[in-house]
Amino acid sequence: MENVKTHTLDPDKWIDLHADYLFNYTIVRVNKTEIAKDLVQETFFAALKAMKNFQGKASERTWLIAILKRKIIDYYRKINSNKGKAEVRMNFYNDGENEGEWIEERVPQTWGSDTDKAIETKELGDTLNKCIDKLPEKYAMVFKMKTIQDFETEEICKELDITASNLWVIIHRARTQLRKCMEDNWFIK
Amino acid sequence: MSKIKITCDQATTICDKSQYGKASLVEVIKLRIHFLGCKFCALYTKQNNLLSKILNLNKGGSAICSMTEEEKKLMRSQLEEKKTDS
Repeated sequence: MENVKTHTLDPDKWIDLHADYLFNYTIVRVNKTEIAKDLVQETFFAALKAMKNFQGKASERTWLIAILKRKIIDYYRKINSNKGKAEVRMNFYNDGENEGEWIEERVPQTWGSDTDKAIETKELGDTLNKCIDKLPEKYAMVFKMKTIQDFETEEICKELDITASNLWVIIHRARTQLRKCMEDNWFIK
Repeated sequence: MSKIKITCDQATTICDKSQYGKASLVEVIKLRIHFLGCKFCALYTKQNNLLSKILNLNKGGSAICSMTEEEKKLMRSQLEEKKTDS
């Protein structure tokens, strides 16, 4: 038993040792800096309360991450239930005889012929990021985790407590919305 | 169960999946067949591929962010308060 290292907690050093790490962990999962900071803050508070339950089996950081993960899922559930807010616009008829067909005004338009040339500009990247920010929070979160941070599907599903088919519906809606936004703000002006 | 004919909604979903290499062969074939009769979805796919390219280019740019010293200072004092509370 002597070899087993028992970890200890030292709240006075938490912010110096772990705040940046926890913040980076959070910011790739939630879209907004302010919210990421709040979640890190809440994690430290919750950790402080739960200190007596710490058994020393995991490292301090692993233990804090476990608490943070719960906070992120709670946050995700909260925005998930905020129905109607910044709802994604429908691109396809969802009933009637045209079910599954494009809604006329949302049909893709031809983009300019020079689109391939000018894709390395900073402005284009900025426009894209603005379009991502316009997505409902839940969509932006899943889309970024999958597309920018290259998380595996299973990992996202586990972390956010959703099914794989759920994830693809979200990705699908995010991408159709993004395409339309880029069309309106960049490719056809 | 697997119908050859799919709707535009389904076709574009397959296209979105294929951006991550997650569409099955059967799905890709269905998508190709759908293109024969639907130029909108063919166009969507072309534009979607371009978007993926742009997103990939953009990926490198996301810098590691951290909190500022002031923010940490504030957090430290709030944590301190909590500690004396309990």
